[in-house]
Amino acid sequence: MAHTGTHSQPVRSCLLLVVVSVCVQQVHGVWPLPQQLHQSADRGCLSPQRFSFTYGRDSAAQTGCSVLDAAFKRYFSIIFPDFTKGSGLLQYVWSEPQPFVVSVSVKTGGCDGYPDEDSDESYNLSVSEGQAVLRSVTVWGALRGLESFSQLVYQDDYGSYFINKTEIVDFPRFAFRGLLLDTSRHYLPLHAILKTLDAMAYSKFNVFHWHIVDDPSFPYQSRTFPDLSNKGAFHPFTHIYTQSDVMRVIEHARMRGIRVVPEFDSPGHTQSWGKGQPGLLTPCYKGGVPSGSFGPVDPTIDTTYKFMESLLKEVKFVFPDSYVHLGGDEVSFACWQSNPNVRKFMEKMGFGKDFTKLESFYMESIMNMTAALNRTSIVWQDVFDYHERPRSKYVVEVWKQGCYLCEMRRVTKAGLKVILAAPFYLDLPIPTHSWARYYIVRHLAFRVQRTEEQKKLVIGGEVAMWGEYVDATNLTPRLWPRACAAAERLWSNEEKTLNADLAFPRLEEFRCELLRRGIQAEPLFVGHCKHEYDGL
Amino acid sequence: MTWVEVNAAPELIHTPPLRLKQKSADRTALNTDMYCLLKCSPLILAVAVCHGWLFGDFVGKQKELDEISLWPLPQKFQSSAVAFKLSPGSFQIVHAKQSSAGPSCSILVNAFRRYFEYMFGDLKKHEKSRKKVYDSDLAELQVWITSADPECDGYPSLQADESYELSVDEPSAVLKAANVWGALRGLETFSQLVYRDDYGANNINKTDISDFPRFAHRGILLDSSRHFLPLKVILANLEAMAMNKFNVFHWHIVDDPSFPYMSRTFPDLSQKRKGAYHPFTHVYTPSDVKMVIEFARMRGIRVIPEFDTPGHTQSWGNGIKNLLTPCYSGSSPSGTFGPVNPILNSSYDFMTQFFKEISTVFPDAYIHLGGDEVDFSCWKSNPDIKKFMVQQGFGTDYSKLESFYIQRLLDIVAATKKGYMVWQEVFDNGVKLKADTQIHVWKERPQYQDEMAKVTAAGFNALLSTPWYLNRISYGQDWVNIYKADPQNFTGTDAQKKLVIGGEACLWGEYVDATNLTPRLWPRASAVAERLWSDKSVTDVGNAYKRLVQHRCRMVKRGIPAEPLFVGHCRQEYMGL
Repeated sequence: MAHTGTHSQPVRSCLLLVVVSVCVQQVHGVWPLPQQLHQSADRGCLSPQRFSFTYGRDSAAQTGCSVLDAAFKRYFSIIFPDFTKGSGLLQYVWSEPQPFVVSVSVKTGGCDGYPDEDSDESYNLSVSEGQAVLRSVTVWGALRGLESFSQLVYQDDYGSYFINKTEIVDFPRFAFRGLLLDTSRHYLPLHAILKTLDAMAYSKFNVFHWHIVDDPSFPYQSRTFPDLSNKGAFHPFTHIYTQSDVMRVIEHARMRGIRVVPEFDSPGHTQSWGKGQPGLLTPCYKGGVPSGSFGPVDPTIDTTYKFMESLLKEVKFVFPDSYVHLGGDEVSFACWQSNPNVRKFMEKMGFGKDFTKLESFYMESIMNMTAALNRTSIVWQDVFDYHERPRSKYVVEVWKQGCYLCEMRRVTKAGLKVILAAPFYLDLPIPTHSWARYYIVRHLAFRVQRTEEQKKLVIGGEVAMWGEYVDATNLTPRLWPRACAAAERLWSNEEKTLNADLAFPRLEEFRCELLRRGIQAEPLFVGHCKHEYDGL
Repeated sequence: MTWVEVNAAPELIHTPPLRLKQKSADRTALNTDMYCLLKCSPLILAVAVCHGWLFGDFVGKQKELDEISLWPLPQKFQSSAVAFKLSPGSFQIVHAKQSSAGPSCSILVNAFRRYFEYMFGDLKKHEKSRKKVYDSDLAELQVWITSADPECDGYPSLQADESYELSVDEPSAVLKAANVWGALRGLETFSQLVYRDDYGANNINKTDISDFPRFAHRGILLDSSRHFLPLKVILANLEAMAMNKFNVFHWHIVDDPSFPYMSRTFPDLSQKRKGAYHPFTHVYTPSDVKMVIEFARMRGIRVIPEFDTPGHTQSWGNGIKNLLTPCYSGSSPSGTFGPVNPILNSSYDFMTQFFKEISTVFPDAYIHLGGDEVDFSCWKSNPDIKKFMVQQGFGTDYSKLESFYIQRLLDIVAATKKGYMVWQEVFDNGVKLKADTQIHVWKERPQYQDEMAKVTAAGFNALLSTPWYLNRISYGQDWVNIYKADPQNFTGTDAQKKLVIGGEACLWGEYVDATNLTPRLWPRASAVAERLWSDKSVTDVGNAYKRLVQHRCRMVKRGIPAEPLFVGHCRQEYMGL
């Protein structure tokens, strides 16, 4: 194209290209689908040189807002990857670039705070010629809006950047949209966790459920009980998360509006704790003598509760989130049963032979501790199942296969909040095309006796990536883009996202976008991306 | 074998005391004496009790030996508890004096460097330790090529002799092989014998190995049509293949979805719309192909390209006019196309020229011609084809038409002096084949054991892939079933069994691209590798698990993102991403 240098030319070139675009019929979707989205075929050019983010005049946050300043920097590189990679080939001399300003206004400040369960993530985005206006109540909403904005920008075959005229009104369907990583069965290097947080933000996930310790290893380096990782990690120096590692994860997550909910699962799943904390686990007996092996945490002795209290105090100090996951799943009673002291205790407490009562006794104690520390407990559904009439408020995470909707009904009927994880176990390596199975999950489909109140108690869902067969070598492609399907179910309007066939081309496009952003997301089916994954 | 017998092999054993004296210069006399005492006493003990040698399943018997995890397990193997230290600063891999190969043998020279780095890491990191030379019990590995022609500039072939003998003892280890192909396998084994003790020092135990592959054809199929695989991914997998002693890269280079092979004779195949996914970013240029072949050659790996016809050819259609059969809907062309049109002479003219190019680009003696899953419905719809069927007296048996096509194609390829491999359908459909044709068994029904029996009963070479479709995944340790399958596990005579030349692990590309290929393939393909290399009797899953866990950590350490088998950890976790 010729270099004309007149002022009217660039506008006309854009219009010319509009005509072309109508024929090409490209999809420029946003994933997950916004609640309301109106796009027109009118599009405007974006030039990296004349593009800027600003704070709106009425915004409560202004320059110096850590979260948004960092987000502007991040999203500039995401929107203009070629610009930052230094390939100058894409700059056209034939037209004077037009300025484009994204003005961000938030109602409340809170730039140094942490996202929480009540955080308002809604935003309005209006894109017109030369500008976009993004309004939100909180900085967290602004982050979601910036993500949507970045997905609206696309490049044509000549490398020019465009954005269509767009109006978006958006808010999440559920407040809790989580992703679980298991760093105990395999150690995940810090950069694998940080990268996952990046990808979570792209799909508007907002909770990182860190299943940080379990039977196989204890990689969390405790300041109060350093022996836990010294003796319980796979390796005391290379396979641990130091306090500064944990802080880095929390800050990286905060910058992306993601909460970090740690899980210290007990009384089962604690084999690795025993090495660094002698006397914590129940000694198992065989034929009247200790067999040398250990079972769950010993719930009959005071030292256990003292230890748990100190540990939970530390957890409160280290992790700012108001939720703490206390686990409570899959407790094997065989060892307790074998131990004479435990049996004596059962008798004393009048539990008879019902060991579920013993577990409830233990869980109740540590949930009370947690409540005293001003934290909300999340537990796996086992705890609820053993103790259907809860004495205190806690959040139940439903994980068992089978009729998970029945369980949701029971939990909400008991007046407890619930998170659904059962259909989202992504560590099962089914072929990618079965992503549709995550897509059709209906959280609120338990119709019997459902009231509005009960519906509100369903606070969200969570994808779980358990670590038996997953480590840094295969984590990312196994997570993405399948987790994206769950993300859309948790964010978007249910009625507009019922059809997996309609979602397919959008998800395919989003997967390519993830690749462009350096996320090793596996393919949905035969095909290609313009920018293939460049790693190994 | 006893220790004494081994000692009697004169060319392998040198006299240990000499070395100690030579190197004692920088030690005090006392230290030397103590050192000698410490190091020699287990040796003496071993001789006296004759227990120093442990057969095959030594794993777990000793803590240090735990670190050794040979994969695939060598055919004959003895190791003793006597450990020698290797110093990265002074250890060398050298050509033996008697060797017919020398410094001009690029395959070996490159392999020396590669394996040195696998064992000791980047040379530059050792600059410091190089300066303060400390003792190495084992001074060098001598590589001795025994045949007059070391084949330094050749290509590996089906007939290549990959056997080798390895003896590790003070002060030199000796690797003896007829030519470079055996030496490459021996170098891999040697590198696997080296382990780090708790102080970070490199150790190797006194070992004798005599090794050779059970099957001559041990392949991996990658599919670069359903998804384009960047060169980097292919090369990394060739590296991983060498670590597992695979020797055939079956390159399923084109198929329905795309044609990334850039042909010199027919550039339109990849350059026209709907040929390659993208004519510049998603193609293999001639130099890319050359690079793959050379990279593979350096590792003793053959590259067998597959150009699958007459089906699986949708992507060919836009680049070559009239190649594909126009499908009809009713009495008029529907605008869609089917398999290669077998009734036009132009189809065969094209194939003649095309395969002439392929036969010069790919040096291997074999080409895979595909021939699988031909859909007859389009042929059936086409009135010209129907007419042709009548003329030829094929009736309505379209497999006869397929045979007609394949028959002519085989003649074309035979004229280029290449042998060919075909998928089992070609055999099943009764196409007349050259005696040395290799039949690639892949179908689940009929049972592959029956098919293997049938193919070999007819006197053809057979290759097995059915149990090794690694694109199929499930939860849990599926490597176990992969490991248990055996290509000779069918009812047949010894002569029939001998016709089984090996097998291939296949990773089809519907759901696989650069993002997930490597962890999906490794270490599951390693299970196939051991089945095809090691002795038939090597079937202990428990023992294999222990070794494979270590082997996967070794691959991770070498930069291959091989996924975990189960809960656990590696000393060096994967640092990519």
